[in-house]
Amino acid sequence: MSADVLELERPRGDALARALQGGQMSRTAVWGVVAFTLAVGIVLTFPVLHIGPVAAVLVTAPIVIVGTWAVSRAVEGARRATDRLVTMLVMTSFALAVAPLVSVLWTVVQNGLARFDTQFFTSDMRGVIGEGGGALHAIMGTLLITSATAVISVPIGILTAIYLVEYGRGALARWITMLVDVMTGIPSIVAGLFAFALFRIFFGPAIRFGIGGAVALSVMMIPIVVRTTEEMLRIVPNDLREASYALGVPKWRTVVQVVLPAAASGISAGVIVAVARIIGETAPLLIIAGATTNLNFNLFSGRMATLPVFTFSSYAQPGFPPEAAKDRAWAAALTLMLLVMILNLVARLIARLLAPKTA
Amino acid sequence: MAVATPPQSKTLPIGRTRHRGDTIFSWIARAAGLVIVIVLAGVALFLIFEGAPVLTAESGVSGFLSYVWPLLFGTLLSSAIALIVATPLAIGIALFVTQYAPPKVAAPFGYLVDLLAAVPSVVIGLWGANYLGKHLVPVYQWLGAHLSWIPLFAGPSSATGRTMMTAGLVLAIMILPIVTALCREVFRQAPRLQKEAALALGATRWEMLRSVVLPFGRSGIISATLLGLGRALGETMAVALVLSTSGGVTFNLIGSANPSTVAANVALKFPESTGIDVNRLIATGLVLFVITFLVNVVGRVVVRRGGEVGAGG
Repeated sequence: MSADVLELERPRGDALARALQGGQMSRTAVWGVVAFTLAVGIVLTFPVLHIGPVAAVLVTAPIVIVGTWAVSRAVEGARRATDRLVTMLVMTSFALAVAPLVSVLWTVVQNGLARFDTQFFTSDMRGVIGEGGGALHAIMGTLLITSATAVISVPIGILTAIYLVEYGRGALARWITMLVDVMTGIPSIVAGLFAFALFRIFFGPAIRFGIGGAVALSVMMIPIVVRTTEEMLRIVPNDLREASYALGVPKWRTVVQVVLPAAASGISAGVIVAVARIIGETAPLLIIAGATTNLNFNLFSGRMATLPVFTFSSYAQPGFPPEAAKDRAWAAALTLMLLVMILNLVARLIARLLAPKTA
Repeated sequence: MAVATPPQSKTLPIGRTRHRGDTIFSWIARAAGLVIVIVLAGVALFLIFEGAPVLTAESGVSGFLSYVWPLLFGTLLSSAIALIVATPLAIGIALFVTQYAPPKVAAPFGYLVDLLAAVPSVVIGLWGANYLGKHLVPVYQWLGAHLSWIPLFAGPSSATGRTMMTAGLVLAIMILPIVTALCREVFRQAPRLQKEAALALGATRWEMLRSVVLPFGRSGIISATLLGLGRALGETMAVALVLSTSGGVTFNLIGSANPSTVAANVALKFPESTGIDVNRLIATGLVLFVITFLVNVVGRVVVRRGGEVGAGG
């Protein structure tokens, strides 16, 4: 579009004159230059310098960018060349962000499949040394602690959001809004230390149990639930509330029976996304839920293994032989990734399928 | 307190009819809000309460400071690398998604970057220690061989790739989604008329971005950076898995003797600690809490200011 505009203008000064008269590279020409420099980069990195994929990208990308810029500058002038340079940089930055995502997924799937078998999901690590064993205890622990976290966080989060949107005026509401922001920024490890410091007072310094993990994770989950619920409640049209008041319905029943149902799909999607966000948290659980090799169904007593902690400790303290434990770590990482992906998908489906039908 | 009589309710504003259910419900909602206030106060109080014994122990304040300083240094250094790498990238991605990509694919592209935020930190840590670090070894060797006159690349270069540089890069990947999301939000609000005016005056796309979109988004970029910094400072597992720690304060980014970070140190040491060591770790946690708290508050203030300026301009 900018090109069309430029051509309508009368040339002023050298740069513009050149841009108009000195020729403009066609799309094909640009891609040709990019392909050529890319080929140069690839030839240089693999056969000549013999370096790995990550280093190759670090060498090739600048060659392509600088090469194309130089050609464009010679043919089209400085302004167009700068524009092309920025376009390439912007595209590169996007590619650079997607590359680790693809690489992470690929590495996890590749390494995780080795032990992604039935034994992994049906046995725990009790008495297992070396090969074999599974993550049943960790999966159960993750499910239990995550459910407990949701049970604590969802009511508090939703009610707080209701307070902020439907009731909150004045200083208290402003404070809570501010504190929710602050809470979003609490490092996960600090949440874990908080839960430990709290329960230590009552149960002594050796305290490790599942519910403590749930409390720590709640510190992280509540602000997410508040934020998403608030957003959803705010987009419920005021007409609905007023119609309800006009029918003589008291405010609380308006909120419970009119406003909340209208926002229900968005809120549940938000809650599931929040669960997906905290299901992978490791640090707080490492501190207050601890690690164990046994299956433990009691949230209120004894250490409880969880998938993220299992992943971490299998990898960090593999024992002997280390390969078996590392394979388990990758399989646990793969399980965790799948859980997160499934939760995110479910959230999207809920948001799409259950959305209230608008006019 | 009883149910209001009809004549009274007529004089009350809509939705303010007094009703016992209303009173109860509003108190329940308010109580939920108060829980948040109490929890936050609790976090600060319990950390102070459990961390305080360290300051009165034998080594006292100076002992604690000499313990926490290398950790703090490691935290700041790794976060600085993360910011230096992530901020330009995030601006680039946000520009790509809002200004370059065709509207039809912009949303899926944005979602792709958001997906990165969904990857648990322990998984990214595993990848960083196993894949990224290993593949960066030749780069570190090259840097150590050719650029060792720069203190940052003094070497000797690590053979495992589990260096401060790798930790910083992994942190950069982890904060990229949040910084990008915030930048995207501001760039999207850049005034359309001004953008079109710039293009109509013959500006190239980059000149338009530089004269309209970037100045408009400046405060947004700053606050996004600060919030990303808050995230990077507190990130635990990725650093715990990636960084090989055995050293003190050093600016050498490619060696294997690095200072740990506050958060990673707690995660690694806590399970084996007892007695006063636990208190010391909690006290370092308190230091981390205070720092991230301040960074986040400054970030939010900039957002709010920026919002006002943006609305006026």
